[in-house]
Amino acid sequence: MNDSPLLALFGYFALLSLFAVGGANAAIPEMHRIAVEVMHWMSDRQFADMFAIAQASPGPNVIIVTLIGYHVAGFAGAAVATVAMCGPTCVLAFFVARVWDRFKDARWRIAIQAGLVPVSLGLIGASAFVLARTADHNIYAGVITAVTTLVGFATRLNPLWLFAAGGLLGLTGWL
Amino acid sequence: MSSPSAPSPAERPSLAAVFRAFAVVSLSGFGGALPWARLVIVERKRWMSAEEFNEAFALSQFLPGPNVINFSVVFGARFGGAPGAAVALAGLLGPPLAIVMVLAILYARFGDIETLSHILAGVTAAAVGLLIAVVAKMAAPLFLQRWNSGPVIAILAFIGVAIMQWPLPIVFAVLAPVSVAFAWFKR
Repeated sequence: MNDSPLLALFGYFALLSLFAVGGANAAIPEMHRIAVEVMHWMSDRQFADMFAIAQASPGPNVIIVTLIGYHVAGFAGAAVATVAMCGPTCVLAFFVARVWDRFKDARWRIAIQAGLVPVSLGLIGASAFVLARTADHNIYAGVITAVTTLVGFATRLNPLWLFAAGGLLGLTGWL
Repeated sequence: MSSPSAPSPAERPSLAAVFRAFAVVSLSGFGGALPWARLVIVERKRWMSAEEFNEAFALSQFLPGPNVINFSVVFGARFGGAPGAAVALAGLLGPPLAIVMVLAILYARFGDIETLSHILAGVTAAAVGLLIAVVAKMAAPLFLQRWNSGPVIAILAFIGVAIMQWPLPIVFAVLAPVSVAFAWFKR
């Protein structure tokens, strides 16, 4: 790419924003690949920490890119990463919204939407895998993940309680 | 899906009201803002009918990028053109960005402290569990259908990205057209 971290941040996230079907969580493995393995901006553990902070703070999950950007290049990095990740798709959304009524019942539109569901499912599954490999490095962490999976699947409990419980258990230092 | 010019449930909201509504949505939405967007916009404010909401949200999912962000732009554009879109987006992103910047600064300063990293390890383990639950909820309808290409595509996407660690754009460029073609010919 380029020596400038700001240019690299912008280039990677602007490209990524256009491939993030299924939302920010589908793009986690690619962010991880770039931030940890390609650019060596941070460790596995730091990436997982940022994921946790983004999930546990209010607002769209996409703000993980703000954390990555800040880590790489301070406030400028945070701004560049956020704009790059949200800008292209927002512009696209704005223009498509105006013509949407014309093709919302078109067969190709329905086929594209249906066809993208399995792709984004695979990508979000990959996110879970990539993060679990870092987060669940011992049996206690694995148990917390397993229990939250069950609770998250079977109930509609506010996730905040689960984050709080996880954080409290983390305090024991066993994880 | 066919809403022959459904009358708008309420008059056009002001820009300030749109900003406030999306700020509420963003600050309430831990682990996904969609349920809150529906609650505020459809049930509390009655700016959209449930059907209009579903349609706008279908568009947001159809587009690449974060769904809720797309939704704010689609909603704002519909009610107030470019200023509306900008205001909705600012409401949705502004407050969480302010909070996360504080957290980023704290993390940069105290991230090495043992206690904090212990807490974060627990939060991460829980967040991963919730992500797996989302995957399971998405997978259930797809894997329970009789014959369809969905599970195969999903598993290939998973292997390509998680195991082979190929770049996302490449995996996407190969699998998305195949999957869309299957969806086109199915029915």
